[in-house]
Amino acid sequence: MQTAIQHFPVLIVAISLVSAISILVAGWTNKKTPPFISITTVLAQFVASILILNHVLTKGPIHYWLGGWKPPWGIEYVVDVLNAYVLVILLFLGLTCAVYSKRSIEHELPQKTVSFYALYQLLITGLCGVTVTGDIFNMYVFIEIMSLSAYALIGSRGKIALKASFTYLVLGSIGACFFLLGIGFLYSVTGSLNMHDLSILLPPLYGNKMVRAAFVLFIVGLSVKMAFFPLHTWLPDAHAFAPSEISAMLSGIIIEVCTYAFIRLAFSVFSVNFLTLLPIFDILCWVAGIAIIMGSLLAMTQFNLKRMLAYSSVANMGYIMLAVGLSTSAKNFPWCGLTPALMHMLNHALMKGCLFLVAGAFIYKADLWNIAELRGLGRRMPYTCAAFVIAAISMIGVPPSVGFVSKLYIIFASLEAKKFAFVAILLVSSLLNLVYFWRVIETMYMKREEGEEHAHASMNSRDEIPLSMLIPVLGLASLCMVMGVLWLAGITIPILNKVNAMFGLMVVR
Amino acid sequence: MIEIEESLRPWLAIACPALAAIFILFSSKLPNLREGWTLLASIVQFWMIYSMVPVILKGTTIESYLFTVFPGIQFGFKVDAFGLIFAITSSFLWILVSIYSIGYMRALREHAQTRYYCCFALAIFGAVGIALSGNLVTMFIFYEILTVSTYPLVAHEQTPEALFAGRKYLAYLFTAGCFLLGAVVLTYSLAGTTDFDKGGILSVAIAPRSVLMVLFVFFLLGFMKAAYMPFHSWLPTAMVAPTPVSALLHAVAVVKAGVFGIVRMVCYIYGIDLMHELGLGIMLASLAAFTMIVASLFAIAQDNLKRRLAYSTISQLSYIILGVALLSPMGITGAMIHIPFHGFMKITLFLCAGSILVTSGKENISEMGGIGRAMPITMMAFTVGALGMCGAPPTGGFISKWFLGLGTLQAGNLIFLAVILISSLLDIVYFFPIIYTAFFAKSGGTTLRLNKGRKIKEAPLFMVVPLSITALLSIVFSFPNPFTDTILNLARMAVSILGGG
Repeated sequence: MQTAIQHFPVLIVAISLVSAISILVAGWTNKKTPPFISITTVLAQFVASILILNHVLTKGPIHYWLGGWKPPWGIEYVVDVLNAYVLVILLFLGLTCAVYSKRSIEHELPQKTVSFYALYQLLITGLCGVTVTGDIFNMYVFIEIMSLSAYALIGSRGKIALKASFTYLVLGSIGACFFLLGIGFLYSVTGSLNMHDLSILLPPLYGNKMVRAAFVLFIVGLSVKMAFFPLHTWLPDAHAFAPSEISAMLSGIIIEVCTYAFIRLAFSVFSVNFLTLLPIFDILCWVAGIAIIMGSLLAMTQFNLKRMLAYSSVANMGYIMLAVGLSTSAKNFPWCGLTPALMHMLNHALMKGCLFLVAGAFIYKADLWNIAELRGLGRRMPYTCAAFVIAAISMIGVPPSVGFVSKLYIIFASLEAKKFAFVAILLVSSLLNLVYFWRVIETMYMKREEGEEHAHASMNSRDEIPLSMLIPVLGLASLCMVMGVLWLAGITIPILNKVNAMFGLMVVR
Repeated sequence: MIEIEESLRPWLAIACPALAAIFILFSSKLPNLREGWTLLASIVQFWMIYSMVPVILKGTTIESYLFTVFPGIQFGFKVDAFGLIFAITSSFLWILVSIYSIGYMRALREHAQTRYYCCFALAIFGAVGIALSGNLVTMFIFYEILTVSTYPLVAHEQTPEALFAGRKYLAYLFTAGCFLLGAVVLTYSLAGTTDFDKGGILSVAIAPRSVLMVLFVFFLLGFMKAAYMPFHSWLPTAMVAPTPVSALLHAVAVVKAGVFGIVRMVCYIYGIDLMHELGLGIMLASLAAFTMIVASLFAIAQDNLKRRLAYSTISQLSYIILGVALLSPMGITGAMIHIPFHGFMKITLFLCAGSILVTSGKENISEMGGIGRAMPITMMAFTVGALGMCGAPPTGGFISKWFLGLGTLQAGNLIFLAVILISSLLDIVYFFPIIYTAFFAKSGGTTLRLNKGRKIKEAPLFMVVPLSITALLSIVFSFPNPFTDTILNLARMAVSILGGG
């Protein structure tokens, strides 16, 4: 059994790639098959990822040498607790979106189901690849696979979506160039691309200007990819005009996998010693603080629901990066190190995934894009709207939701780091969240239609989305609360603590 | 010295309204079943809570923790005498208001009744959770649940006015929630715990005085639900809600959660000694005194009955704040027993206002000429409630004011005695005209008839019975009887454990 699990990291990537091709072939003959192939594949990957996580937690990291080549020369896949955790999140949301997309894509893009699922599977391939790889150039390749399929998926609606996709393409490519340059700089100094190898070769070179420049290039390149505040400009359009399940994947997973890539580079390739050498993380904190406030303020000004959610994602990337920035200074259990950041990655995936899928449900049912059009939907689509409310109050941070737990942990981390300004920023931001989310809730439930005295009339016309879309939505919404309680109860914290222990971010007692 | 008993009863008490909320949602098509859940849950809950009284009176503390949130913070309940007073009040009044709600909502054929009953149960869930929680973090969780679950009730009418009130409500209370979260987090990082402890968990040894002062202000802003001035204006605005909501939430659960929090903070987080040392008692007392007088003056100017009652609530809540701010045993006792007594009296007044609205559609006092002759029981109950507010002898209000007065003497602060007396006088000034108008003013011909020419009668039995019960109880409280003794003993118990003075 153990040997089988050793192969899972590469299998996860491989079966996804194979299924992308087989979807094309099978779709050629029968247009009904692609969703099923895709769902089955992602389900298999998800189960595999859980087995990997279990293995990693109990037996330690998995190393897989691609083609049997020894690490410094060949490509190595390394899965430790951090990747395994991210892998589970990404495949879970991937599965949810795949199930959801079956009906919604049939409705939205009836001509393109085959290519949609082929691209979707490529996207999953890229995401998994970024996560499992232990080689920075390989990581770059997978980031590009993921981004290219994302560009195509975003543009799949045509018309204005093409413009959004093009903007993303241009900015994303620039980001990728920065990233590649960073890799080049490191390679020119060390002659290695393997992460573990680099982490041994780099420490004597921390004073080297090339190495420092490489780190800055990584930050900038990945900031574009993860839509970190001043470089977020591609994100709102891309999120707003992509098919909703892709918006959910973009917001919940794609930008977060880029954050994972950043964490991996910062802590595995470089190390805490390097990060404390320069005030990089202090600057990161402040930029993140601005991102939180600006993202929320911009979200308040939006009329389009999905655009609003997109700006909210900008703010939430700020949360994650703030937590990353604080990770080197907060050392006390249980908010030590990367715990708040990794926690919010999962939490944001759940909340934003749910919100985008709900937004997609409105588009699916009635082609509603703007917040003002959502009147009376609370009665028409009670379950969908209830899911929205739960996810929205999670974003606001009402206990015991996941949003509350993230907020609490990041606040504690910033208190320990003696950066009180961020406590204020977080509290203000939850008020801003209240403003823009409550506007939607109020419209859905409370605002009456013109000339309508009591809302009895629309009572009968209940019009819910199909079950295969409703279950993912409700599942994510209930997880927003369930995970919140699990975090509070500290059941899932030990996983994250292993990550901290790995990077030396925890006080050993 | 204090024994601790592990028991699941707090969880069961909490579970009642939570389960009720779920059942209500799923029986939206069957009104009778839906209201049945509410009644059943309220009665079982009261029974659960009341069954804890003998245990507590023996000097035992009931504890039940579920899991550790952070080192030193456990999520769970610790039932003590003071918390039980608030829990008993909320759960008992929930029974009566549920009965009343059935009459009120059906008489007015209100829309969205399922939402109403569901959120109502959730609000009680929050309120009782606050009452029983053993530390600040648990309390904060329930505090926020209370805020969110009451929003649909405030904005129930869904008119632009109601939506405005709902927004204002959320804006005030969520801001408060942020301050409270800040305060809780800061307390934890200073003291390493947030448990309510009889002597307080903060001291000058662990933090500079200035930090403690700032923290106090944070706490105070956090408990904005107590509607002290100048942060009171959400309460009168929220009066657009259906009357049972105003009655239970705005005279009992929500605002009392605010003052409850302040008492908890003063007595169990700061501790009486630290309050003395920092001189915060006198500051808090001044704030309360200011509110008592000014809110009463505001109340005089209101013509809308519910708004006048709202300002009366603001003033009365500050009695409780004043009582605890005096930091004398008698004062704190007075504050603690004013929570149930004021609850019963104020709920009577609100229920009466609701009955008048249902039968006659009148909201303004000036239109109520002669209504006492048409609705004698309702207006008699109103009179009892009003007398109680003024602190006149045969009502519970007299007892709590008596203790508060003694408290000022014990604290040696005669100014506040004067404030209490003046405020009582002002209470008379704004309550008496209502009673006078109702019973003695001329009805002015057609005013007592509805549009269709139907004569105004008493409200439906579902409404008259609860308000008569609360009115009767308001009187009964002033005489020695088991129920009063229970509450007095609980308060004495709580104060004796505090051991301040």
